[in-house]
Amino acid sequence: MTFNSKWVQLAVLLALIAILPVFFPSGYYFRVGALIFVNALSVVGLVILIGYAGQISLGHAGFAGIGAYACALGPEALGLHPALAMLLGALVSAIMAALIGKPILRLKGYYLAVATLGFGILVSMVLTNERSLTRGPDGMEVAELGLRDFLKGVGLKLSSGEFWYLVCGLVLIVGVWIALNLFNSSTGRAMRALHGSEVAARTVGIDVAQVKLQAFVISAVYASVAGSLLSLQNRFITPDVAGFMHSIEMVTMAVLGGVNSVLGATLGAAILTLLPQVLTVFAEYEQLIMGLVMILVMIFLPRGLLPSIAAKLRGRGE
Amino acid sequence: MDALMQFLLSGMTVGAVYALVALGFTIIYNASDVVNFAQGEFVMLGGMITVFAHAAGLPLPLAALIAIVLTALVGVALNKLAIEPARGAPVVSLIIITIGASIVIRGAAQLIFDKQLHRFPSFSGDEPIRLLGAAILPQSLWVVGGAFFIFIGLWVFFTKTLTGKAVLATANNRLAAQLVGINTGWVMTLSFSLSAAIGALAGVLVTPITLVAYDVGVGLALKGFAAAMLGGMGNPKGALVGGILLGLLEAMTAGYLSSQYKDAVAFIVILAVLFAMPQGIFGAKRTERV
Amino acid sequence: MTLLQVEGLGISFGGLRAVNDVGFSASAGEIVSVIGPNGAGKTTLFNMISGVYLPDRGRVMLDGQDVTRFEPHLLARMGMTRTFQNLQIFQDMTVLENVIVGFHLAERGHLLADLLALPGTKRRSAEVREKAMALLTRVRLDKAAEQVAGNLSYGALKRLEIVRALAMSPRVLLLDEPAAGCNAVETEEIDAFIAELAATGIGILLVEHDMKMVMRISNHIVVLDHGEKIAEGKPDEVSRNPEVISAYLGTVDAEQDEQDEEDEKEATHAVG
Repeated sequence: MTFNSKWVQLAVLLALIAILPVFFPSGYYFRVGALIFVNALSVVGLVILIGYAGQISLGHAGFAGIGAYACALGPEALGLHPALAMLLGALVSAIMAALIGKPILRLKGYYLAVATLGFGILVSMVLTNERSLTRGPDGMEVAELGLRDFLKGVGLKLSSGEFWYLVCGLVLIVGVWIALNLFNSSTGRAMRALHGSEVAARTVGIDVAQVKLQAFVISAVYASVAGSLLSLQNRFITPDVAGFMHSIEMVTMAVLGGVNSVLGATLGAAILTLLPQVLTVFAEYEQLIMGLVMILVMIFLPRGLLPSIAAKLRGRGE
Repeated sequence: MDALMQFLLSGMTVGAVYALVALGFTIIYNASDVVNFAQGEFVMLGGMITVFAHAAGLPLPLAALIAIVLTALVGVALNKLAIEPARGAPVVSLIIITIGASIVIRGAAQLIFDKQLHRFPSFSGDEPIRLLGAAILPQSLWVVGGAFFIFIGLWVFFTKTLTGKAVLATANNRLAAQLVGINTGWVMTLSFSLSAAIGALAGVLVTPITLVAYDVGVGLALKGFAAAMLGGMGNPKGALVGGILLGLLEAMTAGYLSSQYKDAVAFIVILAVLFAMPQGIFGAKRTERV
Repeated sequence: MTLLQVEGLGISFGGLRAVNDVGFSASAGEIVSVIGPNGAGKTTLFNMISGVYLPDRGRVMLDGQDVTRFEPHLLARMGMTRTFQNLQIFQDMTVLENVIVGFHLAERGHLLADLLALPGTKRRSAEVREKAMALLTRVRLDKAAEQVAGNLSYGALKRLEIVRALAMSPRVLLLDEPAAGCNAVETEEIDAFIAELAATGIGILLVEHDMKMVMRISNHIVVLDHGEKIAEGKPDEVSRNPEVISAYLGTVDAEQDEQDEEDEKEATHAVG
């Protein structure tokens, strides 16, 4: 990946976001598009953690939950503007990730997987049980962001779907830009180096514990912002956002598209977000299909869809 | 005092189940170095298949037997279809594969069965037995006794039979085991079926008390792993002790602190073990070679 | 001037004393070789000095400062780094990126600057890139710069690992069998390269099996057998030392056995 390919990838993404609405048969698809962007955003965060730094997390939905409930609780309990609440959520997620990451990132492989899994379950447990605050498993309403009314005021009239398509698309582009910056930076190379060989990374002066923590915190912020956007556009949120299945969805999307590839991850998010929309029977088979995707991709396309396709196109197949 | 006794008894009961899940982890981990995140699904399958076979009119013992055999077959299929094709893959890939398998199994269970909570009758009725000022369900005795029986059986199997020794040899050194003529592929099949069957049996024993639904597997896997870690990963004795300890801790938490957060205990235990004694109670220290 | 001083270093694995009471010192610009039969504890000694293993006994002094039990990345910051017997390359990164990672300490800036690609990071990246290319040119790997490192030949990877270590301008460099698996021409090349590095003032600690190479380039040789230092001195002194000769001659057969044993241990580790 050269310096130029960063701008190529961003241009491809920007073009897709700008052109796709032309083919939308109905306004409903703006909503689907916005959902894809939100999912892609959290998956890009996982690309940084899993793809760059080689660390697994099975509990990142916990951070999505923190971001989502920050937008629900911030305006209600603290009187914050929803946008500020989103920042607060990201901050809380970052702090939580730093606190929790410090001990658990010393773990490798299976132990890390279980510790993160436990964290995610813990967050969803709190969101479900603290009824006085979160109204429990039935979920709670989320305040209006208010930006759309402001835009209307200055003459830009957007439907709710169009508005969120635009906002989430823009945030995704920023997220992808940051992830690509990181890839070719000193910190990003340090992450990829420790993924390759931890001991060698240490001998060239990389503080492996710190760099892992950075990857964990950054990916937590991605998940948190994605959770916030989700709750703001749905105007409603339940503890499911922090649930185990949501964590697994995120990992599956990343793995399917290509966990080393930012664009691949976006593709993975698009496919798995679209499937249930296209196939209405999917809802019933969702877990079955998701699980099969995880197994089959890992066995037959371990690098994921997009990198495998790219390799085929370049004529040196897997 | 009576309350404490009550908590101890219920802690022993769930602890025995965690010990069995931890034992399942241990058997597969020793044979293949894989931590099988689908381990909890075996317990779920054991319970669910028994429920539906029993509901279809089969006598309970036969339904339970069918559940155990079918689950063992699922274990074998898991190894053949998902684990073996990925031999040598990085740990992250294996984690994703076994998590994927766990989701497939629970997705399939949701389709084949349903989303409801189920139970079947206790083996020896529901009349509590008075014991040292506390009440204990007869089924609890079945669970604890069953777990104990399985541990004795496994101990005999691994130390007294040639097959058991072959499994241990493979766990110790796969290459050397192959060289002395042990069919290590078969050992893997055996380990997965054994592990699945133990999980299923745990499900059969505990369902009358805790009930079963298609999605109970993940929580059990997390707790079984915490128990295995507490005892020392890869050590069967550790699985037993870790499981019972975790069960007791959970029961105490539920009794004295908060029943809503008793499920958080497993996670706290994982963190505490990592801080205080990363090898667990019976685990051996490992040094990474470079 | 003594740069690296090792005193009474020892470690045990499960009651077995792998290395016991080993001490020696190395000065700037000096090449100190550690030799001994297979299983003598050379790599274990290296792992303790470089902070990969925590020694049970003894001290490591770098430039007069006690650095025993320091983590490898802290040692790197103080100017000590190493290569590995069994290559530790960042396989999925390009050859150039491997060397750039070696410049990590020089290049790293604030995390936020990296995330936002601020101008300062770009400038530093460009500088480092140029220096990395220069290093690659020195070992004739400049043409392979954009290749994924995993695709390189063994000999090329050996050289890559050395220049990656050089990228951080070490004062002390530990080389664990840098010429293992290389042919005669490559060995000679690495040989000359190491001498060149020492001439620039780097203190070099070398583990090597090629005795001709060791005798040719070392200033000082430390001989280990069964984890203990049995001799040290100038190459000609050591080669005449009867104890050294018997350790080597006496283990001509045993050495093969130990090699097998070590291979087996490796296999055990891979499976168990």
